[in-house]
Amino acid sequence: MFSGFMMHAWIVATLVAIVGGAVGFFIVMRGSAFVAHAIPNGAFAGAAGASLVGVSTLLGLGVFSLGGALGIGLLSRRGRHDVATALSLVFMLGLGALFLSFSVEYAPAVYSLLFGEVLGISDNEIWPTIALTAVCLLALAILWRPLLLASVLPDGTQGLDPFKLEIAFLVLVALATTVTVPVVGTALIFSLMIGPPAAARAFTARPGVALALSVAIAVVVVWAAIALSYNTNWPVGFFVGMFSAGAYTLGRLWAHRASRPVRARLAHALGSV
Amino acid sequence: MQAVLHAIVEPGFFSSPQVQLAAAIGGVVSIVAAGIGVFTVIRGQSFAGEALGDIGAAGGSSSYLIGIGPLWGFAGISVVASAAMELIGIQRVRGRDLATGIVLGFGFGLAALFLYLGSNDESTTGATISVLFGSIFAISSSSLPLVLGLGAITAAIVATLYRPLLLVSVSPELAAARGIHVRAVGAAYLFAMSVAVALCAFTIGAILSTALLVGPAASALRLTSRPYRAILAAAGIGLGCTWLGLLLAWDSYYWPHKGWPVSFFVVTLVLLVYLASAPLSAHRRRRP
Repeated sequence: MFSGFMMHAWIVATLVAIVGGAVGFFIVMRGSAFVAHAIPNGAFAGAAGASLVGVSTLLGLGVFSLGGALGIGLLSRRGRHDVATALSLVFMLGLGALFLSFSVEYAPAVYSLLFGEVLGISDNEIWPTIALTAVCLLALAILWRPLLLASVLPDGTQGLDPFKLEIAFLVLVALATTVTVPVVGTALIFSLMIGPPAAARAFTARPGVALALSVAIAVVVVWAAIALSYNTNWPVGFFVGMFSAGAYTLGRLWAHRASRPVRARLAHALGSV
Repeated sequence: MQAVLHAIVEPGFFSSPQVQLAAAIGGVVSIVAAGIGVFTVIRGQSFAGEALGDIGAAGGSSSYLIGIGPLWGFAGISVVASAAMELIGIQRVRGRDLATGIVLGFGFGLAALFLYLGSNDESTTGATISVLFGSIFAISSSSLPLVLGLGAITAAIVATLYRPLLLVSVSPELAAARGIHVRAVGAAYLFAMSVAVALCAFTIGAILSTALLVGPAASALRLTSRPYRAILAAAGIGLGCTWLGLLLAWDSYYWPHKGWPVSFFVVTLVLLVYLASAPLSAHRRRRP
């Protein structure tokens, strides 16, 4: 399980978990779960198209997730955000269906793209993955304060163009998608991006701590998923989906248990004012 | 005249029984989707609509395993998922997408497993694509009564709840003040949507299910602000896109790269209609 080719999988999986957990924190803060679902799923078409014209899958994923992000951002300038997201998603999937009908790609490859594969990372893809991870984390560091402010005060921030910030955020999700999809698959990456951060936010209200906790939970989820997938040969995406939902459930239970004393304390504090 | 007609409609389109069945089923589900979709768009629940279609695929893939009809698998798991979303908290605007997403992640995970197990059992590899992408030409005529029945049920729920549902969707506070049970109406609507979406995802595929649920309704709501007119307009747009998509897919057998998928055409048409509706809505915008 820790032999040569698996070491690559472990390194890449860890990077994937770090990016997913960190970017996911803002996805949950901004309530953009739909976007996190739409961009990776639509990027599937990019991978199908890449195999059609014979370029690297990572390039196809990158181009389509960026295209999807910009499409969502521009369409939602005029019109409802969720409608724009849904229509961008289905259009990209429609293109994906078209590419699939043209290509001679056989179903197992499509399946592993959708639901992930431990060995989905070959040697030549490890360096682009590391580079993209670095770019993602750098972008996150730059956007940390404005995103945090905008998440807390959606329309009250001064000197910030919400549209530009939204586009920057969508591009960040697109970058994260490109990094994470080959391991976890297009269908379930958003599960990794919302389960651990949502759980982390249930445990703590402090943004820095929640971010770190989110990354930690994501790393555990991905490691456990890869180990189990290696041993059972079941798809990685299945385990990621289960564990992310499980982490969220634990977080909700914790918050439910902890909320009673807080409520009591709040009532007490309000009563004494 | 005949030559022009032949250039637009390649021979055999109107006489093929396959096309007739696809046009009938596609027509029924596009009208059902449009009617439900107007409320989906007003309520901002596009994500739930999309998620239920995807989760339905998990049921469709599991039905291969446990040996029930795939439509029952789609509908069953979609209803269960909508109940889970309701329990987690889809009725609150904050955290609604999160509730949807968590359930979707869980359902998609199960779909991944079922498809994997299914493909091992029967060594069929096409199940993934056919379940997720669907094909309007793959339906058998025996499922037509069931499709009509489920479509009628959802239409009946929406027709019964029409006024309270509209009020709850536009102004929950006002509805609550009038003594309407906001959560119950929302849950009933979610149930109707889950059945409708499962129906669409089963017959025409998860992609088209979302496209026809959201696209025509959103375009129609840009053209008119009256709900019943919006429903009629959405049904017309949905029907038009579906049938034109079928025609183009039929014609594409005579193009280079023959046999383009129906879903590609329908999705493109839906998006074009939505984009075209934007300038029209700008002209019609008035003070209420």
